[in-house]
Amino acid sequence: MERNLTMIALFAALIAALGLIPKFTLGFGVPITAQSLGVMLCGTVLGAWRGGLAALLFVALVALGLPLLAGGRGGLGVFASPTVGFLVGFPIGAFVTGFIMDQWRSAPVGLAAGVSAVLGGILVVYAFGIFGMMMTLNKTLPEATLLVQAFIPGDLIKAVLAGFITSGLAKARPASLLSRS
Amino acid sequence: MISLTSPVETRAHGWPAGAKLGALCAATLLLFEIEDLVWQIAFCAGMLLLYALPGRAFLKGGLGRLWMLWPFVALILLWHVLTRDAEAGLVIVLRMITAVGLANLVTMTTKLSDMMAVVRWLAAPLRRFGVRTRSLELAVALVVRFTPVLAAKGQMLSLAWRARSRRRPGWRIIMPFTVLAIDDAEHVAEALRARGGL
Repeated sequence: MERNLTMIALFAALIAALGLIPKFTLGFGVPITAQSLGVMLCGTVLGAWRGGLAALLFVALVALGLPLLAGGRGGLGVFASPTVGFLVGFPIGAFVTGFIMDQWRSAPVGLAAGVSAVLGGILVVYAFGIFGMMMTLNKTLPEATLLVQAFIPGDLIKAVLAGFITSGLAKARPASLLSRS
Repeated sequence: MISLTSPVETRAHGWPAGAKLGALCAATLLLFEIEDLVWQIAFCAGMLLLYALPGRAFLKGGLGRLWMLWPFVALILLWHVLTRDAEAGLVIVLRMITAVGLANLVTMTTKLSDMMAVVRWLAAPLRRFGVRTRSLELAVALVVRFTPVLAAKGQMLSLAWRARSRRRPGWRIIMPFTVLAIDDAEHVAEALRARGGL
C-alpha cells in the first residue's frame, strides 16, 4: 500500500521534473518536451492502474494551480486552451499503455514497452488531443488532425525511447517494474 | 514550490473557491453557446476589465499568462483569412482568449489550500464508501515536495554528464533519472511503513 502510494506520487513528480529539463529539438525545428515521455513511462513501468493514477494525480495538480507543465504553465487556464485534450488524455493514455504492457507478457520488455507507448501514449492521447482541438477551435476532424501532425514524429521517437528506457529499468531495478510483477 | 496564485491581493481572494469554480463553469458554457462576434468582443473586453481592476501589476501578470496562446491565435487567424471567413476566425480566437483568461483569473485569485478544500469536499462522498482520502492528500504533498527534489537530482545528473562528455546530455540521462525516482519511492515507502504506515 505505502509502496503503491509513493510510486504513484514519485512518478507524478517525475512527469513534472521532466518538464523542467530543457527541451531537445528535432532536426526540422519542432521542439519536444520530455513530459509526454514521462506519461508513457508511467504506463510501462507502473502498469495500468498505478500508471493511470500517477498521470491523473499530475493532471489534477496542474488543475489545482501548480505550474507543473513544461515552461511553468498550469492552472485552470490550460483546461480552456486548445491543448486541453492532450492533458485529459494523459491518464487514459498511461492506463492503456500499462494495460497493453500487462497483457503482452510474452514479448521482450523493450518491445512491449515501445509498442504499448505508441498505442497508449500516442494513439489514445492524440485521439483526446484532436477532439479537444475540434471543440475549442471549432474545426472538423481532418482539420484538427492536420494541426497536430507536426508533433507526431517527436512522439514516435519518445515511444522508442520509452522502450529503451523501460528495458534498461528492467535490468537495473527488476523488482520495481510493477507492470510485469 | 511556487504556485500560480497572484501575490497581488484582490477582493476575489476572499471569495469561496467553490463559488468561483461554479461561476467559471457557467461562464465557459455560455461562451461556447454564443456565435455572435459583437457579444464575444464584449465578453473579451469584460474579461480584460476584470484583470485591470486590481491594478497594473495584476494586469501585467495576467496578460503574460495569456501570451502562451499566440501560436493558436496566429494559426487560426491565418487559416480563416485564407478560407475567406475571417469573422468566424475572430469569434474562435476571442472565445479562446476569454475562456482561458477567465480560468486563469480563478487560478490567480485562489490559494492552493482553498483549492484543496474544494477537492476534499468533492471527495467526501467517497469516504462514505470507505475510500481513505487521506492517502490522496499525502500523495499531493509528496508530489509537491519531490518535484523540486527530482529536478535538482536531474540537474546533478546533467552536470555529471557534462563533466565526462563534450556533448550535451540528451535522452540518455532519463534512464538513470527514472532509477533515482524509483529508489526515492522505495525509500519513502519504507520510511512510511517504519512510522506506522498509512
